[in-house]
Order: sequence, then C-alpha cells, then structure tokens
Amino acid sequence: MANGSDIDWNAVIADPRFHALHRKKQAFLTGLMIFSVIFYFLLPIGAAYFQDLYKTKVWGVVNFGLLFALSQFVVAWLIAFYYSRRAGAEFDRAAAEIAATYQSPGRS
Amino acid sequence: MNAQHRRWTAAALTGALALSSGAAFAQGAVAPQYRWLTFAVFAAIIGLTMYVTYLAAKRVKSASDFYVAGGGVTGLQNGWAIAGDYLSAASFLGIAGLISQYGYDGFMYSVGWLVAYITVLLLIAEPCRNIGKYTLPDILAYRNNPKAMRIVGSLSVITVSTFYLTAQMVGGGVLVKTLIGIDYEYSVIAVGVLMLAYVMFGGMVATTWVQIIKAVLLVAASLILVILVWTPYGFSLPAFLADVVGDPKVQAKVATLIGDPAKNMTAAELGQRFLEPGLYFKNPIDQISLGMALVFGTAGLPHILMRFFTVPTAQQARKSVVWAMAIIGGFYVLTLFLGFGAAKHVGPQAIAAVDAGGNMAGPLLAQYLGGGPESFLGNFMLAFVSAVAFATIVAVVAGLVLAAASAIAHDLYVGVYHGGDVVPPQQQVRAARVATVIVGAMAITIGIAAKGQNVAHLVALAFAVAASANFPCVLLTLYWNRCSTGGIVLGMVVGTLTAVFLTLVSPNVTYPNAVRETAQKVFDGEAAKRSAIEAALASGDAAAIAKANTELAALDKAVTKARDDVAKVEGKTTSLMGLEKPLFTLKNPGIISIPLGFLAVLLGSLLFPDRRSLAMWPEVYARQNTGILVSKASSH
Repeated sequence: MANGSDIDWNAVIADPRFHALHRKKQAFLTGLMIFSVIFYFLLPIGAAYFQDLYKTKVWGVVNFGLLFALSQFVVAWLIAFYYSRRAGAEFDRAAAEIAATYQSPGRS
Repeated sequence: MNAQHRRWTAAALTGALALSSGAAFAQGAVAPQYRWLTFAVFAAIIGLTMYVTYLAAKRVKSASDFYVAGGGVTGLQNGWAIAGDYLSAASFLGIAGLISQYGYDGFMYSVGWLVAYITVLLLIAEPCRNIGKYTLPDILAYRNNPKAMRIVGSLSVITVSTFYLTAQMVGGGVLVKTLIGIDYEYSVIAVGVLMLAYVMFGGMVATTWVQIIKAVLLVAASLILVILVWTPYGFSLPAFLADVVGDPKVQAKVATLIGDPAKNMTAAELGQRFLEPGLYFKNPIDQISLGMALVFGTAGLPHILMRFFTVPTAQQARKSVVWAMAIIGGFYVLTLFLGFGAAKHVGPQAIAAVDAGGNMAGPLLAQYLGGGPESFLGNFMLAFVSAVAFATIVAVVAGLVLAAASAIAHDLYVGVYHGGDVVPPQQQVRAARVATVIVGAMAITIGIAAKGQNVAHLVALAFAVAASANFPCVLLTLYWNRCSTGGIVLGMVVGTLTAVFLTLVSPNVTYPNAVRETAQKVFDGEAAKRSAIEAALASGDAAAIAKANTELAALDKAVTKARDDVAKVEGKTTSLMGLEKPLFTLKNPGIISIPLGFLAVLLGSLLFPDRRSLAMWPEVYARQNTGILVSKASSH
C-alpha cells in the first residue's frame, strides 16, 4: 500500500525529535490509561465488596456510592480535557514540525 | 382546552385512520386516539432527515463521499454523530428503565458506557485517523497482508455488526409495538426501509446528519423532562432523592426485590436501599467481565471506528471524542433523573406492567409530566418521546448497516475480488449501494425471523467480540513492531470464536430444565397467593381490595407466562448446544475471551512473523504519531 511517496520512514523514526515525542506521548498515555481503568473498576469492585462504605450517607440521603458513581463522570471528563489540552499544546506542535521536515508541501 | 382538544382529536382520527389498516395495530403505550400525534411528530422528523438526505445524495459522487462523507465532517458534528450512533434505544430507554426498576445498579451500569470512550480517545481515535481510510480492515491491511486482512477483518466486522443489528431490529420492533401498537413485522419493515433510504441515497453524509438530528432531539427531550422533574426540588439532588426514597411505590418495589429480609426493615430503610448497590447485579465477576467488554469493546466497534474517518485530521478526531464524551456522559447523568423520576411519579410496578424490562420508564414519565394519560400535553410528550425512540433505532441501524456494507463492498468486493486494482469511482459507489441493499434486506429478514427470541445478550456479545478480536488486533497492529499477519488472523479467529462459544454455553441461552424449575416455583406458590388475595378481597377494606386486584392481575400474568415458557421447551431437556446446564457460569465472556484474544495475536505474531508487516512498521509508526500524509488520505 505504498502511497507513491518517497518519504524515508526510517529517517523519520530515527529522528531524535520523533523519539522525544513518542517517549513523552507513550508515558503520558500509558499512565492516564492505567489510572482510568483502575479508577473505573474500583466502582463495581467496591459495590460488591465494600457495601458498607457505599451505603454511608454523606449528603442527605445521597450516599458515598452514588457520589462515587457520579465522580466517574467528572473524572472521565477531566481526563478527556487534560489529555486534549496537553496534546493540543505539546504533541500536535511537535508532530507538525516533524511532518513539515519530511513532507514537502508540493508532494502531498 | 376541551373544545380544541376535541377538534385536534377529530383531525387526528382522520389522519390515523388513513394510516392504519386496522389489523396492523394493537394496544400500545400511546392511546389510539393520540396515535396520530406520534405519526405527526415522527413525520416531521422523517421529513427533516429526508430533506437532508436529498441534499446529501447530490453530494455523494465518490466512494469516499459514500463511506466517510469525503472526510469533511467537523469535530463538533462528528461528536454529535458519535453520540447519535452510540446512544441506542438500549441506552436511551433501557438504562432509564433499569434505574426505575433497580435504582443504584442501573446508574452504575451506565458508567462503563462512558468510560469506554477514554480508551477510544487515548489509544484508538487519532492513530486510526492517521492510518485508516474507510473501514476497520483498512487499518489492519496497511502493514499486514492486505488480502488476508480484508477477509478476516470484514468477516469480523460483519459478525459484530450482525449481532448488534439483530438486537437493534428485534428490540426496535418490540419497542415500536409497545409504544405505538404497530405490529412487530410492520415495525421492523418500517425501520429497515427508512434506514435503507437514508444509507442508500445519502451514504455517510445522510447517516451523519440523521445521527446528529437524532442526538440533538434526544438530548433536548431528556433535558426538558429533567428540568420538569427537578424544578419542584429547587434543583437540589438530596431533596429530589429523599422524595424518591420516601415514595411507597419505590419502597414496595425494594421489598419485592429483596424478599424475606424486607420484613425486618422500616419503610425508610427500604427506600434508602434503592440508592444502594446489589438489587440488580448479583455476581461481581460477571459485572467486571461486562465492564471489560464495554471499556475495550467500544474501541473495536466497526461503526464507531468508521466515524473517525469522516473527519479530516487527528486533531478533529480527538475533538470529536471529547464532544462525544461530553454529550454521552451528560445524557447518562440526565438518565439518572429520568429513571428515579419515573420510579417516583409513575412507579416501578406500573412501568413494568407495560414492559417487563422497564423500557417504558422514560416515555411514561414524559406522559405524566405533561399532565397524565388523559391530557393532550401528556400525550403530546409521550408521542414526542416515542418518535425520538423510533428515530434513535433508525439512526443506530443506519450506522451499523453502513459499516457492514462498506466491509462487503470496499474490503471484499474492491479489495479482495478486484485485488486492489483500480475500480472506477461510479462502480465503487454502485457496489456500496448494492451491498447496502443486501445488508438492509438481511437485517429486515433476520429481524422478522428472530421475532420473540431473547436477543438481549446479543449486544453484550457484539461488545465481547469487538473487545476480544477487533480491539487486540487494531491496538497491536498500531503499537507493536512485531505484530504480523499471522498474529492478526489468529487473534481474530480465537477472539471471535471464544467469545461466541462462551456465550453459547453460558446462562444466556435457554436451558429447558431451568425454565421448568422456575415455572414450577410459580405454580407451587400460586395457591397460597390466591387464597391471600381472596382473603384481602373479602376484607371489605377499599385499599386492600385495590391492592389485591393489582396483585391478582400480576399473578395471572406470571402464571400465563410460566405456562407459555414451559410450552416453548416442551419435550426438550438440553439447550441449543446440547447442555443441561451452563458450562460457563458468567453471562459475559470478556474476562476470559479478551486476554485470550491478546494472547492469540502475541503468539501468532511470534510464531509466524512476516516480512511485509515488519517492513511497513516504520511507516505505520511514523504516520500514526505524526499524521504525515493524512491530508492525502482524506482529500479526494
């Protein structure tokens, strides 16, 4: 599936800027992904094994379990917001710089 | 109100009579004299979407237009379209219903459906946009053997889409029948024909707009209902929930659910129990297994993946997921109020009386908030919500059919049959339209053939296959340098077969002996219950008599159902797979099949390395991270 391009892909991935971008992105994404998976699975696990905690009323009839379930939404939104800010500010620029070096405008 | 009401009704009857051929109608949640309202609202929605399709059809010239709207959708539009594609009737009506019946567990269930998008956002959306073109097999074929990838990839796409589609068609048919009273077969045909009109003429452009319009209507309708439900409590969450748990109907429902222990509990304790876990989910491992299928499966759903090819860049793909998460998450939070509101105002028992699964919670709440079954506004709101439900099914089905049709036309016909030769654009679009008609006709046929079947587990199965086969394959082909053709083929086969096999031997399918046992319990308890009801009827106390009459109706219904169930398994002792009892005790196979799918890709890749997969790695690695050449892939 060659695109008819003569881009030297090995040169792209050997570029130190590419390495730096990839390393930063991978560390960031892996960390965020592991955190979000653990945080999510705490909900069903807690509901099964920590029922007393979930039943504790904190705000009128609203108990811990309900607040924890609601917090899942807030945390998911925060993760999305945090990731897209970091990507927009940092990863996109680095990716565009690398792309500009190897992809001359007339060719694509 | 009354004079006008009558005038409306008269006009309505004329319209409704013209539409109904008598036999096509049965009893639905919408009263017959208000059925025209549903049709009027739905006609308006169809009119709008058909107009959009008409405009779209003129723009569909190339294969890229048909499959991915020419890659010209914006992030915001795509976010709404993803929400429209994803919020099926199961989540729109099902989750509100689950909350109205089981309280907390229903809400907890909705969380996984949103968290799934974190996986999509962080791992899948942007690399797929950078590498892919129209379909899921495109991503796999980029570095692995193209023919092999298109064959296994499209088989998996068709499998997942067919499971999901069958569940939607059957669920949709039942739903439209329950809501409006149109016969099941007519409902299925109506959904199928409308969807075909959108997809065949308007391709992805029309599908996208149908999904956007539906999502906007869905969110708007829910928002209005929630404002109406919540305003009396000054928008205070504890005040609202305190009223819900203080409701005798809710307390009675909890007492029925927990059985004997309820005798030692006060009314307040019973009500509070509605906000605590454990009324619906009994097996935590099963729930974790379901959670895994949702969280990893969404990223492998072909109709969702396809949406990322409709935007021009990785940045827009990211933006679409963020918007989709805001809309989908916001919708599930609204559902919390719809479900609890319906439990308080309509009552769990009254909802279950119309539909045992609780699916009517939202529509009945709308009717109540508008002024009840006798009022015009109440019926208008019920009609509106019903029309939105119908539009919901059509929009989801359209996305699924497009995904399956593109796998047939783009991957199998153009990619495999023509072996990647240049196929003229008109011919590609024609192939896509023919494939759409084939898949659409298949959907209608399966929908009618599967009437009365239990298809609830098919959505879970679609997610399980997507999580066990598609997700490991897409993820590892994007991120692992040693991933190979052999690994993907093995992963697809092992992931799909394990998920399907485990489901077939799970408690999801019917076990005749278990059915007879359950029915026997109903028959055994019948006499005692009947004498208790008769005693209550003879007591002379008006409240007790009313309660006894409801109980009598419920008992009769349960006995009839038990008899029907036993009749269905007459003479059989084993399940579909020849088993007397489940071999695998979980309802959701994910916890086993997802790790197996990953393992198969790993082993297959290490055992059968291939030169092309390895040689293409630098290109995949560079492109998925930088988006080089992406403008080329999407422009036309």
